[in-house]
Amino acid sequence: MKKKELLQGNEAAVRGALNAGCNFFAGYPITPSSEIVHGMARLLPKFGGVFVQMEDEIASISAAIGASMVGAIAMTATSGPGFSLMQESIGYAAMTESPLVIINVMRAGPSTGIPTAPSQGDVMQARYGSHGDYPIIVLAPASVGDMYRLTIDAFKLAFEYSSPVVVLSDEVVGHMRESVSLPPLGEKVECKGKVKNLFERKHRTGLAHLENGLPTTDLGEYRRLIERLFSKFDDLKPGVKFEGQKDAEVVLISYGSSYRLSKSAAKLLLRNGISTGVLKLETLFPFPEGEVRKFSKSAELVIVPEMNRGQLVKEVERVCCCRVKGVSYYGSLILPEELAKIVEVLL
Amino acid sequence: MKYAEYLRQDALPTLWCPGCLNGVVLASFIRAMRKSKIDRERTVVVSGIGCSGRMSQYLDLFTVHTTHGRALAFATGIKLANPSLNVIVFMGDGDALAIGGNHFIHACRRNIDLTAIVINNRLYGMTGGQAAPTTPEGEITRTSPYGNVERPFDLVKLAISAGATYVARFTAYHVRWLEKSIADAIMHKGFSVIEVVTGCPTHQKKKPADILEFLKSNFKRSDASFEEIRPSDIGVFKKEIRPEFCEKVWGLIL
Ligand SMILES: Cc1ncc(C[n+]2csc(CCOP(=O)(O)OP(=O)(O)O)c2C)c(N)n1
Repeated sequence: MKKKELLQGNEAAVRGALNAGCNFFAGYPITPSSEIVHGMARLLPKFGGVFVQMEDEIASISAAIGASMVGAIAMTATSGPGFSLMQESIGYAAMTESPLVIINVMRAGPSTGIPTAPSQGDVMQARYGSHGDYPIIVLAPASVGDMYRLTIDAFKLAFEYSSPVVVLSDEVVGHMRESVSLPPLGEKVECKGKVKNLFERKHRTGLAHLENGLPTTDLGEYRRLIERLFSKFDDLKPGVKFEGQKDAEVVLISYGSSYRLSKSAAKLLLRNGISTGVLKLETLFPFPEGEVRKFSKSAELVIVPEMNRGQLVKEVERVCCCRVKGVSYYGSLILPEELAKIVEVLL
Repeated sequence: MKYAEYLRQDALPTLWCPGCLNGVVLASFIRAMRKSKIDRERTVVVSGIGCSGRMSQYLDLFTVHTTHGRALAFATGIKLANPSLNVIVFMGDGDALAIGGNHFIHACRRNIDLTAIVINNRLYGMTGGQAAPTTPEGEITRTSPYGNVERPFDLVKLAISAGATYVARFTAYHVRWLEKSIADAIMHKGFSVIEVVTGCPTHQKKKPADILEFLKSNFKRSDASFEEIRPSDIGVFKKEIRPEFCEKVWGLIL
């Protein structure tokens, strides 16, 4: 029986991870993600898992990848500055096809920024932060319930695609408390797919390599490897949700805490006689091009509200034929009334 | 002695320069593996990036070639997730002490049951002979063209101070002692560090025979106490039993 509880986003992520069978966590505390570290430290040993506080984020993600290579269901969690430190190893995990979940609870930046203020400034870093060409899955929760559900999905996808998966949360979602009814702690979800761990692969390297794991500098082989890494995701079904009027005049495309703002703004716009739809992106990358195109096909105006200088809006612009406008705000969400007013002016 | 059974034939020949002493370390490790009789199917070799980091790919064992400086962090995850594995880590001196210095001291502090073999050629081999944290003062390298102005680390003293429980130094000349020490270190429960002093014929522009001659005549077996250890002393300087990290972590699991 599910009962109502008042739960924080970060706590829900811990529950999601544990119910997904996560049995290895390595991390380093940083606001606003520390509650995940605290929760894992307290609960993992009770569920047969290993918690370790490493000396920094580079060590944390490296340890988690190492654990994953010998069959552990591994995760790490951090925020902006720590996420930046992890980038080299995110590329390494993609190259070695190591299943791994990385939660980044975004905070205001650049640099140390405002540690306690929310932001959505790491969207492009989540996709392109490591050097070179590599694909990655990025999911964006918009609520406490999403933190639970998408953390579980992240593990499922990590194993299904043998890949690192980033759960890109933000301070609002991570710290907010909501009344939710989630499956209780300990209600296991099966998500261990077929993973080729070290004992099947023999040698792992971040160098360009052949099927047998050995390094190669043959450009044909390198090309084949990169193509294969990308094409793994061809069949991935992105998580999107559309609400509102079909063929709406205005479509708000958003993710994370901005999605909640969009929903409230859409209601106001509807009241003012403007037909509006809201497209929620739960999968940010691989970017759901088809879905964005489909749901904005007949729109006159697409609005992408973001708590940053305009990041995902560029992806949306790339695939939409109509007018696309980004709405930026910093360090906190704006009021739905303000967003509605901006939309009306732009229309 | 058959080395072939431990080598990946499909990975040979090695990319090391002619006369490179990494091959001597590899051979010593293989002899030590046989000597220690540890289960090969439960052995994982982890390495960093550099010439020394290529050690893993030639071994017919479960092997991981990681990122520069992070080999010990990866190895910590591997060992913690599955403490029944024997985990051996190969690093270069730059790998272990410059970029990986933080991970190195923390692995010592935790006393996690890993064997770290640091190949100290006193420079950066793979990137073309630049100064390392082990380069002697005054030495000329690509990045110290007027002579190195930095003070080098003594790996042995650093490891002992940080808490490693088995600490030894040998050279690529003293292979019998080295091989025995590697075998001991693998059997030792706790964090063991073996520094292997080598050289780099390519970047030091020395004949391999001259490097061996240098190692032979300059490095002397010693059982000096901590205060007295000199950089040219070789031997086993620390062997102690202290609670091991994985046992403590797994001890928390109900
Ligand atoms: C993050 C990062 N920085 C720098 C490098 C370039 N790099 C490769 S190997 C190396 C140093 C190698 O020296 P050492 O660790 O002493 O090993 P050796 O090659 O001498 O065996 C450096 C700086 C890298 N690969 N990654």
